[in-house]
Amino acid sequence: MAAPIPYEYKYLRSKKRFPHVWCPGCGIGIVMGSIVRAVDALGWEKDDIVMVSGIGCTSRMPVYVDFNTLHTTHGRALAFGTGVKMANPRLHVMAVMGDGDALAIGGNHIIHAARRNIDITAVIVNNNNYGMTGGQFSPTTPMGARTATTPYGMIEPGFDICELMSAAGASFVARGTVYHVMELDGMLQKAFDGKGFRVVEVMAPCPTNFGRANRLGGPVKMMTHLRESTITPAQAKKMKPEELEGRTLRGIFVDRETVSYLDRYDELCRRAVEPEGAAE
Amino acid sequence: MIDVIVPWGETRLVQGNEAVALGAVAAGIEFYAGYPITPSTEIAEILARYMPLMGGRWIQMEDEIASISALIGARLAGSKSMTATSGPGFSLMQEGIGYACMAEVPLVVVDVMRAGPSTGLPTQAAQGDVMQARWGTHGDHPVIALAPASVRECFDLTIRAFNLSEQFRTPVILLPDEVIGHMRERVTFPAESEVTVTPKPVPDVPIEWYEHYHPTPSSVSPMASYGTGYRFHVTGLTHDVHGFPTTKEAEVVAKMERLKNKITRRLDDLEDVRMHGMEDCRVAVFAYGSVYRSALAAREALRKKRKSLGVFRPVTLWPFPDRTVKEMLDSMDVVIVPELNQGQLVHEVERMTSDSVRVIPLHRVDGYEITPEEIVEAVLEVM
Repeated sequence: MAAPIPYEYKYLRSKKRFPHVWCPGCGIGIVMGSIVRAVDALGWEKDDIVMVSGIGCTSRMPVYVDFNTLHTTHGRALAFGTGVKMANPRLHVMAVMGDGDALAIGGNHIIHAARRNIDITAVIVNNNNYGMTGGQFSPTTPMGARTATTPYGMIEPGFDICELMSAAGASFVARGTVYHVMELDGMLQKAFDGKGFRVVEVMAPCPTNFGRANRLGGPVKMMTHLRESTITPAQAKKMKPEELEGRTLRGIFVDRETVSYLDRYDELCRRAVEPEGAAE
Repeated sequence: MIDVIVPWGETRLVQGNEAVALGAVAAGIEFYAGYPITPSTEIAEILARYMPLMGGRWIQMEDEIASISALIGARLAGSKSMTATSGPGFSLMQEGIGYACMAEVPLVVVDVMRAGPSTGLPTQAAQGDVMQARWGTHGDHPVIALAPASVRECFDLTIRAFNLSEQFRTPVILLPDEVIGHMRERVTFPAESEVTVTPKPVPDVPIEWYEHYHPTPSSVSPMASYGTGYRFHVTGLTHDVHGFPTTKEAEVVAKMERLKNKITRRLDDLEDVRMHGMEDCRVAVFAYGSVYRSALAAREALRKKRKSLGVFRPVTLWPFPDRTVKEMLDSMDVVIVPELNQGQLVHEVERMTSDSVRVIPLHRVDGYEITPEEIVEAVLEVM
C-alpha cells in the first residue's frame, strides 16, 4: 500500500529541488514545515505569496517552496520585499532570513522596515552564527561563545532581536523555537494574518558549526536544550529571579493594532488628488 | 492625469533633471525608490509630487542599496521602475545592478555624474562614472548606458532607457553629467503620438510551459510578474532556464553566453552616434555629454577661421560603438578626446584606432566644464 502523501507536499517544489542543502540536525527545515502549515491553515493561494530571502542557510528556503520566490543579495531581503509589496499590495510578502543576514548586513534595512511598518512578515531563524560560511560569529552569538572567528570567545554583546524589533516599531513580535513546533505553527499563522511589519524569531540549532565549536553535544542535545532553556512569560512569572538565569522567553511579545505603511501611502494618494484647499 | 504632467507639444523652460522625471512619467514609470544625493535630488522631488497623482508608488529608502533592491522587487512584481543617484550612491547600487543583470530584471538607473572619487565635489560636474557604469559591478555582465547632452535629450533618452530595459531585460544606465542635469533650456516637447513606449512584455505560453529564462533567438524572453499565476524562482546565483541555481557546466555557459549575446547580437539597435563634418576633416573631436556641446561650439569657432573640425559623439556609451569609431576615426590624423575625467573613454578610442592616428586626451577634473576655447586651443596646436 502506498503511503499517503503529506499535504505539505502541495507547497513544495518536488521536481529536481530535493534533497535540500541543510545539514542533518539543522532547524531550518522545521521552520519551512511550520511556514507551510501556517499558510495552509490560512488558506492562502500559492500564487499570492512571495517568499523573499537574503543569503545564507535559511535564505536557501525559497528554492524548495512552490510560491513566487526571490533569493536576493546578502541582507537585502526586506528591501527587495518592500518593492514587491509596494508594486503589488495584494501579494502576501514574507522574508526568511538568518540572524547574520537580518541583523548584521541587513541591520539597517530591518530597523527601517519596522519603523516604516511595511506590510511584510519577517521570519528570522536564529542559530547564533553564520552557518553557510563555516560558523563565524553573528550579532546574536552569546558572550563568551566560540566560533570560527572568536577562537578566544565572543567579546561583543548580542542583539535581543525581539526587543530591537519592538523598539523599532514592528506591529507583531514573537519568539519561538524549532522544538516547540505546534506553538511555532500558531505564531506564524498569527504573524502572517495581519497588517504592518511582523517579526517571528525562531531559535534553531546549528549542530555542524555552533554546536561543534561549543561542544553542545549534537542535534538531540541541542534540541533538548531548547526545550529546557526557554520558558513562556506565564512560566517566568512563577519563577524566582535566580531560576530565570540563563533562560530565554518564548511567546508573543507585541501584537498591536497599528496603521501600516501601505495604509498610510493609500491615504497620501487620496489627499494628493484632492483639489487644493480641500484639506481645510 | 499623465497628460497634465507631461507638457506634450508645448514649449517650456525646463531643467535637465526635471526632464528626466518627465521622461520617466512619459515612459510609464510605476515605481520609484531612491536616496537623496546631490546633484540628482530634483528627480526624486518631482516624482514624489507626481507619482501619487498617477497611481504610482514612490519611496525614499534608507540607503542606495535598499533603493536598487526595492526597484528589482517592484519590477518583478510588475511595475516599471527607476532610481536616480550620483557617483557615491551609484557605487552602492552596483550590488543591485549586478543582481539585475544576472536575474535579467529591467530597470532604469540615472547617475547624474559629479566629481569624485569618494565624496569629491558634490555639486560640480564630472564624467568620472563612465567606466563604473561599464565595470562597476563584479563579474562579466551586459551593460547599456546612454549620455544625454541637452535637456530635451534628458527627456528622450529617459524614455529610450525604459524602452531598452524592457526590450533587453536588463538595467539601463542614464549618465547625464551635472552640467546637463542642472542646466535649464527651452524645450519643445514632442506630441504624445510621436513617442513610442515599449510595453512590459507578457508571456503568452501556458503556465506549465513557462520558463523564466527561456532561450530565444533574440536571447530575451518575455518576463512574467509575481502574482500572475506564473510562479517562478529568481536568484543571483547562476541559474538554469527556470531560474533555479546550477553549477552544471553546460547550463552555466549557456546562461553567461546568452547574457553577452543579448547585447552583442543587437549592436545596431543600440548604437546611437552623432557626427558633424566628419567627411572633410583631418582632425576630429570625440566628445559626449556636456563636452559635446563645447565641441560643437569649437567647431563653429574654427569654421569662422576656415578650419574644419569633425565632431563625433556617442549617445549610447555602452556598448561602445566599436565599428563606427573604427570606420570614422581611423582615417583621421588626430583625434582629440576631451573628457571631464582623467581619461576614460579615450582608451576605447585608442583601442579602435591604429597607431597612425594621434589620439590626444584633454582632461578637466576641477569640477568645471570644458570650454569651447580649450578645445579650439587644443585643435590649433595640432593643425
